[in-house]
Amino acid sequence: MNATTMDSETAPPRETAPGQSELSETIFRGLCFGAATLLMAALAGVVISLAIGGWPAFKQFGFGFFTSSAWNPVTEDYGAAGPIVGTVVTSVLALVIALPLAVGVSVFLVEFCPRNIAKPIAVAVELLAGIPSIVYGMWGLFVLAPWFALHVQLPLMTSTSLPGWFQAMIAGIPNGANIFTASLILAIMILPYMSAVFRELLLTIPSQVREAAYGLGSTNFEVVSKVMIPYVRRGAVGVVMLGLGRALGETMAVTFIIGNSHGFPHSLFDSGSTIASTIANEFAEATSDMHTSALIALGLVLFILTFAVLAIARLLLASEKH
Amino acid sequence: MFKTFVAAAGVAGLLASASYAADISGAGATFPAPVYAKWAETYKATTGTGLNYQAIGSGGGIKQIKAKTVDFGASDKPLKPEDLDASGLYQFPTVVGGVVPVVNIPGINAGQIKLTGPMLAAIFYGQVKTWDDPVIAKANPGVKLPSMPITVVHRSDGSGTSFLFTSYLSMKSPAWSSKVGASDSVNWPTGLGGKGNDGVSAFVKQTPGSIGYVEYAYAKQNKMAYVLVQNKNGKYPAPTAEDFAAAAAGAKWAQAPGNYLLLLDQPGANAWPITGATFILVYKNQENAASGQQVLKFFDWAYKNGDGAAAQLDYVPLPLPVKNLIRKQWTTNVTAGGKPVYTGK
Repeated sequence: MNATTMDSETAPPRETAPGQSELSETIFRGLCFGAATLLMAALAGVVISLAIGGWPAFKQFGFGFFTSSAWNPVTEDYGAAGPIVGTVVTSVLALVIALPLAVGVSVFLVEFCPRNIAKPIAVAVELLAGIPSIVYGMWGLFVLAPWFALHVQLPLMTSTSLPGWFQAMIAGIPNGANIFTASLILAIMILPYMSAVFRELLLTIPSQVREAAYGLGSTNFEVVSKVMIPYVRRGAVGVVMLGLGRALGETMAVTFIIGNSHGFPHSLFDSGSTIASTIANEFAEATSDMHTSALIALGLVLFILTFAVLAIARLLLASEKH
Repeated sequence: MFKTFVAAAGVAGLLASASYAADISGAGATFPAPVYAKWAETYKATTGTGLNYQAIGSGGGIKQIKAKTVDFGASDKPLKPEDLDASGLYQFPTVVGGVVPVVNIPGINAGQIKLTGPMLAAIFYGQVKTWDDPVIAKANPGVKLPSMPITVVHRSDGSGTSFLFTSYLSMKSPAWSSKVGASDSVNWPTGLGGKGNDGVSAFVKQTPGSIGYVEYAYAKQNKMAYVLVQNKNGKYPAPTAEDFAAAAAGAKWAQAPGNYLLLLDQPGANAWPITGATFILVYKNQENAASGQQVLKFFDWAYKNGDGAAAQLDYVPLPLPVKNLIRKQWTTNVTAGGKPVYTGK
């Protein structure tokens, strides 16, 4: 018989004196407190050093740093609007692509998939999360981009029957390195995280709830869309924010395939840049103080952007709790 | 602020390197890293002294040597004489490389298209937009140029290659010089950016009608379709080791204060116009005579024994007269406690 089956009456007497136990309790609590404060201190340290490092750029360009799309290391004129727009657009687009897929994958795995193949599919999806981002980047550059240029971009661009606004949306150099392919890569990268968490959420739904719905004569689609997804609604917001947070900061894969041109992207198939890709591209060779400072300031902007996403997620969750 | 980062990293570096007291430490440019590694391997085998070289980029190398965390810094971009004086540094070249414009034009092979400096600037500025533009056609009689839009591909990461290329364009085009300028990373008027030589080359290969620029070694090893660029003598040399060496030989190192010399548009019938050396930075006044001596001894050995390894890796060794000039500079320019650390043995 092991300890877990013992009830309280048969529990062995305390082996340690009460005083000793209190001491170890205090130490334990202290260690936990230390771990928590260390984390806070590290966070504060990062923010403070980014703010100090970026200060010369903020001071020099003022609010214009956020609205100007100039990025000229020669004349030392920096503005973050291009990378900010690129970051937000690629991340949101990636989310739009990945969310339905993540929902589809996890609903299939939980609801319809035979047991014996559910496991391999789940493992395959989780393996996607283990692929280093540089591998995604190289795959994007050497495989996805040429394929995309040849089979999607060129046919679309040479087609004459498209409406004008759509043609404007897809204007660009037909070589597959653009905002859209960067978003595609990002979508593949955030998919495993989102679907893994979403699957866990779906598994928390008590089987009675589903069975009751089926018992009332609901179809599969009705059970999923009217019962299961509303049941995990709150957690789903967390899934979305998790994906968005990861997409915002993704660096290497995006750097390879986004085309890396500063300034505003003018269409979906135009090349652009993100905050993380700009830092990765230029930090190592930034010799002037203002260039370094502008890049650190970009880092702070990314930090605030990610923080804002998390904060909004918290607010949404809180408002749903009532 | 960044200095404190570097200083902190440097303290950690010093602690880590204390156990390898005899090793030389250096950091900087990625372009010469393979040849430095090859030299270091052979040097260690013959002398027992190792070299710990971190290829962190030229900008990083300059920051590290200024923070005194390494024995030498390495940069593809020479520091201006006034910068050297301000920080008490001395620089010398080690090997020569260059930049080669490469294209992907259907039906056009390597070396078939001839361009001049101003034409390159106009193309990279986005002024000349198609390959059959009269400006290009005039310089290429007999070549069937397609009526295809030109896509410009440039480096997205800050790099010595971009510095050399934009310096050349600035030299050849007043418009480029005033509107874009020369730097590791510039505000490119047109085109898209690939990360590293391989990023540029991938985009060029994938985009018909594109033109980019890569390091000579990279263009050679990947057999890329290069274009010929007109040199100072009005000739169109091919990007070969001989023609890079010709540019290095024609250069007037003795007249360049602080060895600040870009080997751009050098005289000589065979001189490749977009050539540049890569540089080593050391303190003029060495705090530690032994470590300063180790650095110069290493490069002295490399000048003497390293040409084969360099050529094998498609770098162009410095011509002998240049090496001798640099050796002579060492005896007067690098001192510790007023005494030269290198005496030529």
